[in-house]
Amino acid sequence: MSDELLNLTASAQAKRIAAGEVSPEELFEFWRGRAAGDDLGSYLWVADETPDDAGALPPVAVKDLFCVEGVPSTAGSRILEGYRPPYTATSVRNLQAAGVRVLGKTNQDEFAMGSSNENSGFGPVQNPWDRQRVPGGSSGGSAAAVAAGTAPWAIGTDTGGSIRQPASLCGIVGMKPTYGAVSRYGMIAFASSLDQCGPLTRDVTDAAVLLRHLQGRDPCDSTSLGIPGDIPLPSAERLDGQRFGVWGMEEPGLEPGVADTVRATLTRIEELGGSVKEIELPNARHGIAAYYVIAPAEASANLARYDGVRYGPRSGDGDLNSMYEQTRHDGFGDEVKRRIMIGTYALSSGYYEAYYGTAQKVRTKIAQDFSAAFEEVDFVVSPTSATVAFKLGERTADPLAMYLSDYYTVPMPLAGIPAISIPCGLSEGLPVGFQIAGPAFSEARILDAAHALEASIGFEGVPVR
Amino acid sequence: MIDRDQVLHVAKLARLKLTDDEVDRMAAELSKILGHVETMNELDLEGVEPTSHVVDLTNVLREDVPRSGLSRQKALEQAPDAAEGGFRVPSPGAS
Repeated sequence: MSDELLNLTASAQAKRIAAGEVSPEELFEFWRGRAAGDDLGSYLWVADETPDDAGALPPVAVKDLFCVEGVPSTAGSRILEGYRPPYTATSVRNLQAAGVRVLGKTNQDEFAMGSSNENSGFGPVQNPWDRQRVPGGSSGGSAAAVAAGTAPWAIGTDTGGSIRQPASLCGIVGMKPTYGAVSRYGMIAFASSLDQCGPLTRDVTDAAVLLRHLQGRDPCDSTSLGIPGDIPLPSAERLDGQRFGVWGMEEPGLEPGVADTVRATLTRIEELGGSVKEIELPNARHGIAAYYVIAPAEASANLARYDGVRYGPRSGDGDLNSMYEQTRHDGFGDEVKRRIMIGTYALSSGYYEAYYGTAQKVRTKIAQDFSAAFEEVDFVVSPTSATVAFKLGERTADPLAMYLSDYYTVPMPLAGIPAISIPCGLSEGLPVGFQIAGPAFSEARILDAAHALEASIGFEGVPVR
Repeated sequence: MIDRDQVLHVAKLARLKLTDDEVDRMAAELSKILGHVETMNELDLEGVEPTSHVVDLTNVLREDVPRSGLSRQKALEQAPDAAEGGFRVPSPGAS
C-alpha cells in the first residue's frame, strides 16, 4: 500500500481519498513518516501529529518563509530562530480551506537569497539525484522533498527563479505564476515587487490543482489580483497551431548536454503540431544586472525590521544602536549581509538614479522584449538552467558566478509574467528543465502546453528513494 | 571600486556591524558585483519609463471597516524582552 502511494501523484492520491480507499488521516500519517525520515536536510520542521481532520487532499510541504500560526517559521535565518508567527499566510490558508494540511516547513536559502540552498542558516540540502550536488535554490528543500518522495507536493516562492531553478535541478515541475496571482500576505518578504508564491509538484496536473487553490485576490495584499477565469485541469495532448519562440540557445555558459536535451524537446513540440522559431530578447542579458540591484534594494528595506526588538534573538550589551548592529551581525548570514550592503549602497544618497533608477528602466526594456515576442509567438521557451545540478561548494566562493545561475529565470519576474519548468530528460544522469513562459495571466494555456509536452516526454526519472 | 571607507559608511546606514575581515571581503565582492551591474549602462535608456510595478493597478481601495488586529499580548509574545506591555530596548545613549 505505502509503496504504491509513494508512486502516485498528489491528484491520484486525492482520488484514492475520494473513493474511500485511504482515509485522509492514514494518508497524512504516511507522509508524516516519510517527511520525518528525510535525510537530505529538506525539512526544518515536520508536523508532530496527524490532525483530527486531515482534509480531502494530500498534505503539503511549505517553504519555511510562509508564516504558519504557531509553527516555527524562520525563512531559513538564524535571526528568526524560534519565531512562531501569530498568523498564517493567505496562500497557506487558501490551501487549508481546500483541505490541504501543512506537512512540514522546508529548508531554503536564507530569506530566499540563493540559487543552491547553501545559504540556509540551518545547513544545506542535498540533491536526491546525487547527494554531492545542490538541489538548487532558494526553494531547495521543497524541490528535494518532492523529488525524493518525502512530500506529495510543495509550495515555494520565486523572486528570480527560486521555484523554477530548483524544480529543474531536482527533476520536478515548478511554476511561478503572474505577479499578483497569489497573495503575498504572510510570506516573509524578500523583494516585494518580484516575490510570488507557486507550486512544486510531481506533474503538471498537480501544479494546476495547487495553483487553483493558491490563487486569488486578497484584501491583505493590495497587489494581488487572482487569476481571471478558471484554471481547468490541463488536458491538451497536441500543440497544433501553437507557436513557440526559443531564446538563449547560443549562450556560452549553456552545457552541451542541457542544450541537446532542450533541442530534443523542441523537436517534440513540432511532432505535436506546434511550431518553433528562434526569437531575440535583446535586453534579457541585462536581466541579472537589473535584478541584482532591484532585489537587494528592496531586500535592504524589507530586512530593516530584523533589529532584535520585536522577534528573534537579540545581541549586544551597549546602547540601542550597538544592539541593532550586533543583532544583525550575529543573525544574518554572509549572502544576506552582501545583499543588504548592495541594496543599501544602491539606494544611498547620490546613487539612487544611477542604480535603482537605471535598473527599473532596464526592467521596462525587458518587459517590452516579451511584449514584442508575444506578438509573434504564444510561448517563450528556453532551458530553465544553463547547467544540471552543480556540486555543493562549487560556486560558493564566487557570488557573481552564483548570481549568473539565474540567467534564464530572472527576466520573467522582472516582467511579471508566468513561467513553468518541466523535466525534459537527463544529462549525465541528472535532470534538465524546460522552461515555458507566457503573457501575464496565461497560466491555463501554459499548463495545457506543458501537459501535452509532459506526456510526450514521458519523464520517468526518479531518484533513489 | 568600493573601498573600506565606503563599506563602513554603508554598513552604518544599514545598521550592520562588520568585522575587519568582513569589511575587506565586502569591499572586494561589492566591487566585482557592482562592476557587473554597471554593464546596464551600455543600454540607451533615454526616454524609457521606469517600471516600479509590473501589473497595472492604481489606487486599490477597500471599505473602511474596522476589524481587530493582533492583541497586545500576542504581539509581545515573540519579543526578546517584553516589559510593562511594551518592547523594552536599551537606552539610545548619549550619541
